[in-house]
Amino acid sequence: MSASGLTSILIWLPIAGAFGIWLLPLSRYATGSLALLLSLAEVGFWIEQATRFDFSRSGLQMSEQANWFGDLGVSYHVGVYGFSVWLVGLTVVVMAACIGYGFWVGRDRTRAYFGLMLLLTGATVGVFESQDLLLFYAFFEAMLIPLYVLIGVWGGARRMEATIKFVIYTMAGSLIMLAAIVSYGLKAGTFDLVDGPTSASRWLFLGFMLAFVIKAPLFPFHGWLPDAYREAPPEVAAVLSGVIAKAGLYGMLRIAITKFPDPTSFYRTTVLALAAAALVYGSLLAFRAPDFRGVVAYSSLAQSGLIALGLFAGTDLGFDGAVLQMVAHGLVSASLFLLAGVVERRTTTGEFRLLGGMARGRPALATLLMTVGVISLAVPGSSMFAGEFLILAGVFQRAWFWAVIGAAGILLAAMYMLRLISAVLHEARGSTVTDEALDLRPGELALIVPLVGVLLALSVWPAGISHHSFTPDSPTAAVRTGFK
Amino acid sequence: MSLNTPHIDWFGLSPVLTLIGASFFALLCAVLVPRALRRVASASISVVGFAAGIVLAVWLYVDSANGHTIAAGAFYRDRWTALGQIILCAVGLATTLLAVEHLPGWGRDADPGRRDDHVSEFFALLLASAAGMAFFVGAANLMVLFLSLEWFSIALYVMCAIDYDLEGSLEAGLKYLVVGSFGAATLLFGSALVYGATGKISFSGIATAIGSEGVTSDAFVVTGIALIVAGLGFKMSAAPFHMWTPDVYEGAPTTVTAWMSSATKVAALLLTFRLMTTAFPHNQHLWGWAFAIIATISLAIGNFAALVQRNVKRILAYSAIAQAGFMLIGLSTGSPLGARALMYYLIPYSAAAFGSFAIVAARERELGVPVTLDNLAGFGWERPFLGVAMWFFVFGFAGLPLGGGFVGKFYVFAAAYDHGWVWLVIVGVLATLVSLYYYLAIVRAMYMRPGAELQLHPDAGVAVTGGAPARESLLHVAVGAAFVVSFGSLFAVEPLIDLAQHAASTLPF
Repeated sequence: MSASGLTSILIWLPIAGAFGIWLLPLSRYATGSLALLLSLAEVGFWIEQATRFDFSRSGLQMSEQANWFGDLGVSYHVGVYGFSVWLVGLTVVVMAACIGYGFWVGRDRTRAYFGLMLLLTGATVGVFESQDLLLFYAFFEAMLIPLYVLIGVWGGARRMEATIKFVIYTMAGSLIMLAAIVSYGLKAGTFDLVDGPTSASRWLFLGFMLAFVIKAPLFPFHGWLPDAYREAPPEVAAVLSGVIAKAGLYGMLRIAITKFPDPTSFYRTTVLALAAAALVYGSLLAFRAPDFRGVVAYSSLAQSGLIALGLFAGTDLGFDGAVLQMVAHGLVSASLFLLAGVVERRTTTGEFRLLGGMARGRPALATLLMTVGVISLAVPGSSMFAGEFLILAGVFQRAWFWAVIGAAGILLAAMYMLRLISAVLHEARGSTVTDEALDLRPGELALIVPLVGVLLALSVWPAGISHHSFTPDSPTAAVRTGFK
Repeated sequence: MSLNTPHIDWFGLSPVLTLIGASFFALLCAVLVPRALRRVASASISVVGFAAGIVLAVWLYVDSANGHTIAAGAFYRDRWTALGQIILCAVGLATTLLAVEHLPGWGRDADPGRRDDHVSEFFALLLASAAGMAFFVGAANLMVLFLSLEWFSIALYVMCAIDYDLEGSLEAGLKYLVVGSFGAATLLFGSALVYGATGKISFSGIATAIGSEGVTSDAFVVTGIALIVAGLGFKMSAAPFHMWTPDVYEGAPTTVTAWMSSATKVAALLLTFRLMTTAFPHNQHLWGWAFAIIATISLAIGNFAALVQRNVKRILAYSAIAQAGFMLIGLSTGSPLGARALMYYLIPYSAAAFGSFAIVAARERELGVPVTLDNLAGFGWERPFLGVAMWFFVFGFAGLPLGGGFVGKFYVFAAAYDHGWVWLVIVGVLATLVSLYYYLAIVRAMYMRPGAELQLHPDAGVAVTGGAPARESLLHVAVGAAFVVSFGSLFAVEPLIDLAQHAASTLPF
């Protein structure tokens, strides 16, 4: 198989799998197995892709281009850069774990469920790989459709409000982006992201950014976030915060910053201020949240802010750190949401006042939650520490006070994570924690341990990502030349 | 005295003649074929008629690279006409399949003495209205325009009222008759004024006359254009000429609604584009703005009114008004890009419009009552195929990338932007956002309501099918075809755009 074929396979294999699952009258068990198998095959294909990717070469690799409709200059153009390889990897790994989780807990309406999860996988990989604006937009929107149904059908009691809010918020951003895409593409004569020229239009920049800050989200566009993260099934919340949010941040890096250099520097302070606000405000909300998922949800808001700080710092260290942090936080928040699901299954609740004392007699749960929690509060030596350190150093080069705010956010992160750990694992035993609440079962371990294992590996060698995202150029030079 | 008859290119008229011929044969079935075979016989004639229509229209498309008028300048033989006829005949074929199992009334009242009494007339009218529309899209002068408009309208009036045991159907027929006649009269009056000012009835002749005599801002011409725009606005159910749409779509038998909502719109929009660009190129600033404003009003009224509806047919009716608004964006630019956008948009739109009403028809038959958002609960899980198809259709309407509707929206926005109308792009974007709410409401009703909320009529299915679940293989075929067109047009954009581009090449830009 040619290297460029891999890029398309990663997008279309799960989508074809989704249609296959919908059409084939398979049993419950066979459906789940097939979906899990496909998601693992995705991981395999991705490993092949990452192995074949030449990190010492700049520019787009493994690209494929086919005509979609030529009269407006729209094509099916896919390919990967160093940083997109890592984000694709994040997607396939997290999706495999989440599909496995759905299989483990035995979601009803099996064929619909697994088909949608696979569709979501393909669409998300498509976002990270497409090199044409309209194709990017199509995948960006296509992510929303399975998410809407997944939350709306399998979600919690208040899922209706959550889905409506989520869809209206994100579509408002996306549709404005569509108008911006039309304007950019027609003016440039092409919708290609690689060939497309840079633009100095502030309106277009704002149009694109609106979609991305809602998806990420940044303060004050996070209104959809708490409901969606609380009402979604845990594995879908894990995808939302681990992967989908990163699509917004990826968009900032690939489109907003790259294609709009002048508006980026014009609005730099504004975006940095919003990012800093998201970081501090999200951390404070996380500290105040009364439940497991609330803490993780708001901490995702905070982390999106931190990553945006790194991206809009516009320095080498900031870009490197942002990419590393996207992957590390994606894995952390996915693990945390899966752990939240695990806890909720045993105690029927995620509320702290009803939880506590789960560490006793449940060593595996305690160890995993402690490990993820400690990585997430950026203990020195962890992958999150490496990412946050790079981002802070990068944003310090821009202006010292951004780094101060960032550091304050990290301090807050320690506070809310420790609060979460102690409220679930330690303290007095909660009223819903019974002796029947077992430790993690092998099936659950098989899902969460690999995620934590990857995190630990990244902690050992964060340069694996941070030095292999933009090489051989310096990141700022790569951004300036549009990754050509 | 010798009468000069013009040379007639019979082949150029063949799709129309085939359809009208099939209509006569279907009508003969009503008297010559025994009751037991009537449904099968007349439906078969209808299938053959539409299939032959498609074949001939494709042939004409291939054979008419150089568009010209035939029959003494009365009718266009070109690719714009041919492509329109292909779409119309395809929708007609699908409607026939739907009608075989879902013909209104006669199945339900289960009076064996009257069963299938008028089934042949229905197919005859369907073919006759299709013939009228196929003639309408190729009209080359104001006389043919008006005649063919009346031709298919009269057939449609009767079709709306054909379920004469139901008050709603009669009311729909009457309402459509009154309002439709008013629209036709407006159109006729406008045509008269234009003729009075220019002395011509052929589209190209009008353009030449307006250009050479410098009567661009002549009061007769301007008023005439305004009245013609209004008259055609009634047919394409664009606001503010839309008042009849929700009532008629709701009251008419759902099979007829499916036919009207897709075919009438195709015919009206294609003809309007040709009429405006051919006859009134000098007044583009006038009708361009007029249609842009009508598009804006349609988008606003259609979308906001749909938000508060509970009846699914009414929701889809208001959605049809809003969709007319989107297509009018393409039309209002009057540019080659706008022509492509309009032609492309119509293909997934007509498939999705037909398909969504066909699915409503299936649910209606299952329940025996009008379909509302409440009694749609759980439908997606009970009938997985129809549920998924509906899901794709409404998301395609909403412009999500589950179908060609997405690319269609992109094209009309591109056309508006290309024309310099950024405000119209913004209007379209905002309208899409509003529309999401009610499109999602349909999906929500089908999939996300708990089964307990389901209000199934215990007896409803029994009367029709004797207790067994309805076997609707033909409906599934029709919906499946619509699904393939609507979804496939997302991928086959280039070939379809090429078709549209060739079709538009005969229009004078």
